[in-house]
Amino acid sequence: MKADNAAMICLKDVTFQYGEAGFRLHIDSLSIASSANVALVGPSGSGKTTLLHLLAGIFVPTKGHVEVAGHDMGEMSDASRRNFRIVNVGHVFQDFELVDYLNVRDNILLPFYINTQLTLDAATRRVADQLADSMGLGDKMRRPIGKLSQGERQRVAICRALLPRPRLILADEPTGNLDPENTQHVLDILLQRAASAGTTFVMVTHDHSLLPRFDRVVDFTRFLVEGAQSCQA
Amino acid sequence: MSGIMLLARRYLAFYKVQTLIVVGCITATIYLPVVMHLLLADFQEQLTSRGKSTPLVIGAAGSRFDLALHALYFETQPPRSISMQQVSDARASGLAVPIPLLVRQRARGFPIVGTTLDYFDFRQLQIRRGTTLVRLGDCVLGARVARQLGLEPGDRLLSDPENVFDIAGAYPLNMRVAGVLHETHAPDDNVVFVDLKTAWIIEGIGHGHQELGTVQPADDTGSGQRADDSNRVGNGVILKQTDREIIAGAALRHYTEITEDNLGSFHFHGQPHSFPLTAVIALPHDEKSETLLMGRYLADDQAAQILQPADIVNELLQMVFRAKQFFDLGTIVLIAVTAMFLTLVVLLSRRLRQREMRTLVKLGCSRYMIVGMQAAELSLVMLVSGLFAGVLSVVTLAIAPSLLRIWMVAG
Repeated sequence: MKADNAAMICLKDVTFQYGEAGFRLHIDSLSIASSANVALVGPSGSGKTTLLHLLAGIFVPTKGHVEVAGHDMGEMSDASRRNFRIVNVGHVFQDFELVDYLNVRDNILLPFYINTQLTLDAATRRVADQLADSMGLGDKMRRPIGKLSQGERQRVAICRALLPRPRLILADEPTGNLDPENTQHVLDILLQRAASAGTTFVMVTHDHSLLPRFDRVVDFTRFLVEGAQSCQA
Repeated sequence: MSGIMLLARRYLAFYKVQTLIVVGCITATIYLPVVMHLLLADFQEQLTSRGKSTPLVIGAAGSRFDLALHALYFETQPPRSISMQQVSDARASGLAVPIPLLVRQRARGFPIVGTTLDYFDFRQLQIRRGTTLVRLGDCVLGARVARQLGLEPGDRLLSDPENVFDIAGAYPLNMRVAGVLHETHAPDDNVVFVDLKTAWIIEGIGHGHQELGTVQPADDTGSGQRADDSNRVGNGVILKQTDREIIAGAALRHYTEITEDNLGSFHFHGQPHSFPLTAVIALPHDEKSETLLMGRYLADDQAAQILQPADIVNELLQMVFRAKQFFDLGTIVLIAVTAMFLTLVVLLSRRLRQREMRTLVKLGCSRYMIVGMQAAELSLVMLVSGLFAGVLSVVTLAIAPSLLRIWMVAG
């Protein structure tokens, strides 16, 4: 299968199931254009996070094709998916997935420490500092993660996702722990970064007040099927 | 690679206490066996070096170990003494230079070694303060004795009485400290050296007392004493006086200190060749002389024996160092226990860090890199432990041999 040139993400007849009788997600078809800002909404447990994991190549579909930037994730090896992910995907996880024993700076730079596909140079360090400044973390770079508030941790996770300048940003409720003012500020930064770099931005959110700021909204509620989640858009 | 090392360093630095505990365990596991092994080797060397430097020892037949330890360390007492005749015989043989030793008395707990000046030359003992043995009644102190007793040349040191209840026994001798030796870190630091004749005086073989010819007659009226018979004279000091002999009583004043004034009154009773010794160090002129001299003591009915102290010390050490096998076994157990402890730590750590590992994988880290990261952590811990153990070993080995020598001398 070859993706549409304008589509960053293309899913066809994708099924993913946890175990034999576990949660099952089925998406008939989903296509997201390059540089688009897409919000995923729907009740908890409807498969939004699973979809992000499929797009990042963390999960591999049980059936069907998940194509990202022209790469069929199901046909790639583990190592290829890892390398693809670290270079092309910036992922803001729902529970931040920060490393406790590293300080703010090292957490932001973490992708550069763990994969040789990314090269850490002085310019990258400067960008990391600028990003942290823009997120209000400039004076907390040496602080251990354990001494940050939930909102601050979330911002560290966002900085980490943005630093490698990925082609695709996947954000799982990145504003969930932020106050309204910070929510708008963080979303501004995410959208600005996405726009300036032509990055595709897919964000899971429960905050419907944010939806007008997205190009497109995919509502998982409409596709709820008994025992399975089915999505077509 | 630098990323892995950075993460490993950060992890270890963040969990300081846990890291220090593991480092401490590994350091101890490396340090203890290494240092004990090296110290034991040093201990063995120190023990054997004195034996090696003493070619032959002659002493009373009996325990070879007692005789060797006595002549080398002045520790044990041979069951019996030998006589000065052994020295005369050895000298007359022309095979060796004999150095007599008489070590039976003590002064404030330290052994008094009666010997000749040849011993000082043989052991290369140097006077640090004062002079060597000049006259009868002089003593030269080992460095540690002088330090412990706070004595300097010109001070006095009283020999210990053999038995406080033995009123009729030999009197303690108040010796003059003539000099103090340089520290040698050998048993010589721990003894009081006297001339052989002084040692015999302390033993009671020689003595000095007031001149009987100068004793004044008794004052019958003034003192209320009177002689029972015509022969009893002089305040009960002289019990009987004839033309041929003078018999003195217990009231005769014995000198307990040898001075320039009373030096001439000191004398010995008996034949010098029968005077006692506890050992004789024999310095053969060459290997042939050594063999010939040893051959003279081969007969079973000899009252004296000759031995090579180095052999005896080695025999003793072989017995002592059999215990080292248990120590080596303990070391193996210690290493095994530490290895198990480390395995447990790594396994528990992996379990506790599963979430962190999942995060790294989600971000794009390979499992090989995660294994590499943990290997780097372990390597750093081992490296730091090795460094600590190395530094501690160097410091210990710089200090311990001196401490060991002091302990051996003091012990």
